[in-house]
Amino acid sequence: MQSLMNKPGSAITQSLRGMALCHPDTIKVHFDPDYVERLAPARSGKVAVISGSGSGHEPLPIGYVGLGMLDAACPGPIFTSPSPVQLLAAVHSVDHGGGVLFVVKNYSGGVLNTELTIEIASQEGIDARYVLVNDDVSIPKVANRRGLGAATLACKIAGAAAESGYSLDAAVRVTRRAIAASRSMGVGTNVNTLPRNGPADNLADDSIELGVGIHGEPGEVRSVTKGMPEIVDLIVQPILDDLPFASGDRVLLLISGMGGTPPLELYLFSEAIHEILAERRLRVERQLIGNYLTCLGRGGYTISLMRLDDELLRLWDAPVHTPVLHW
Amino acid sequence: MAQEITTNQLRKWLLAYAARIIENEDHLTELDTAIGDADHGVNMRRGMGKLQERLRDEGHSEDVSAFLRSVAMTLISGVGGAAGPLYGTFFLRAATSPTNGSSVDLEQLTQMFRYGLDGLQQRGKAQADDKTMIDTIQPAVEAMEAALAAHQSAAVVLAAARQAALLGMKRTIEIEARKGRASYLGPHSIGHQDPGATSAYFLFETAAEVFTSTGAD
Repeated sequence: MQSLMNKPGSAITQSLRGMALCHPDTIKVHFDPDYVERLAPARSGKVAVISGSGSGHEPLPIGYVGLGMLDAACPGPIFTSPSPVQLLAAVHSVDHGGGVLFVVKNYSGGVLNTELTIEIASQEGIDARYVLVNDDVSIPKVANRRGLGAATLACKIAGAAAESGYSLDAAVRVTRRAIAASRSMGVGTNVNTLPRNGPADNLADDSIELGVGIHGEPGEVRSVTKGMPEIVDLIVQPILDDLPFASGDRVLLLISGMGGTPPLELYLFSEAIHEILAERRLRVERQLIGNYLTCLGRGGYTISLMRLDDELLRLWDAPVHTPVLHW
Repeated sequence: MAQEITTNQLRKWLLAYAARIIENEDHLTELDTAIGDADHGVNMRRGMGKLQERLRDEGHSEDVSAFLRSVAMTLISGVGGAAGPLYGTFFLRAATSPTNGSSVDLEQLTQMFRYGLDGLQQRGKAQADDKTMIDTIQPAVEAMEAALAAHQSAAVVLAAARQAALLGMKRTIEIEARKGRASYLGPHSIGHQDPGATSAYFLFETAAEVFTSTGAD
């Protein structure tokens, strides 16, 4: 048996049922249409924050449902956007009269379905907007940049803003600012495993794949023979150059495994990341290391940096109670 | 044909459309197997089944806008994939065009298609010659507008739309896909007719048949 997910058709439903059993005090799972809703009551007039995503990136977004983060999340089929039917069901369930803010990774299906959902919601008199997450520096053209780790960060910032009483306008503004201050890069160390397809060819021992997406989109295969500093430089330098991050900047560092990389390797990798950030005199004020957005069982990481200011730091530190983040 | 197209005639048109799509399911599947992910036929057939159920239900509204909106919601939930939201957007926007309440005149019918097309372009971000449903719908709407401006009869306006849609659909064989899943094939998409342009063509084919043959409703 390669995996307990050998039946892709029912894997998502079974996983959602399991998730409901594992976090009975935090979330409620609805089926047909599928969405996950927070249990903590929200005050009337609070902006509702919703994120949809294809499945296969867990814990994004369903693991981020709860107090101080998402009001609801909609899981689509594997790597496929949730439908407007799911998104609308979530809107109707969690709209508290303060408007709805969608956090959307920049992929055509998600944008299409969200825009249509917003159009329908607006016709129903619900003020709904979306923020686009496009932090992937491996793509030169900014309009085409995919959403990576900043999706996790944006869900936290938007959720905290909403919880602390920001208006829809203000929540949209600060979340856009958080995304604009974030840059990420995906790196593959071995290839993707999809439940139906089984394992594919692996990368050569001395190669990494730079700029991979979180749906198995290929990156650029680079031979690396000089060890960790060379690897980290290839990954981190494009992130630093793009914003650009400057000496003295306060940053949040997110290192997320893609699902097939053990925590041991993430920490091993983080040592060299910290060294290069210290060399460039960036002040790492907050960090997350673990599996925060994944690509099923792919080996690899996404590295994200967000430049912090007082407001973003305050929103990041605001209380959160979700299956994955809680402080 | 009657001066005015009533909601009931719109209903007959979309029933004819649903039947035409269901007859052509295998054809759509074949086209989408060549350059897409082979689900357009199945998705459209499933959606059209839902649409037939909805349209046969006697409880539908006589108001054109409410009727089109209900069609949009049925397509969004019934078709799925990318086609569901796109056809849904077409009818959702069509539903915002001016009407006479329970009917539209020829100019309003043309505007209805124009609103749908504009919504589709805004939502799908496709232009002419990207090898999508736009390549059928845009020339059809432009042909309707031109015939209307030349004070042609409804029969001529609708025949012009159908002819332009047919040519637009056929033209997708010649061009390279720049939008949608077929765009991943690049030049290899040339030589294949676009499945979305094909399902969209039937809108105009059945409109020409139904609106010019039923007469006063």
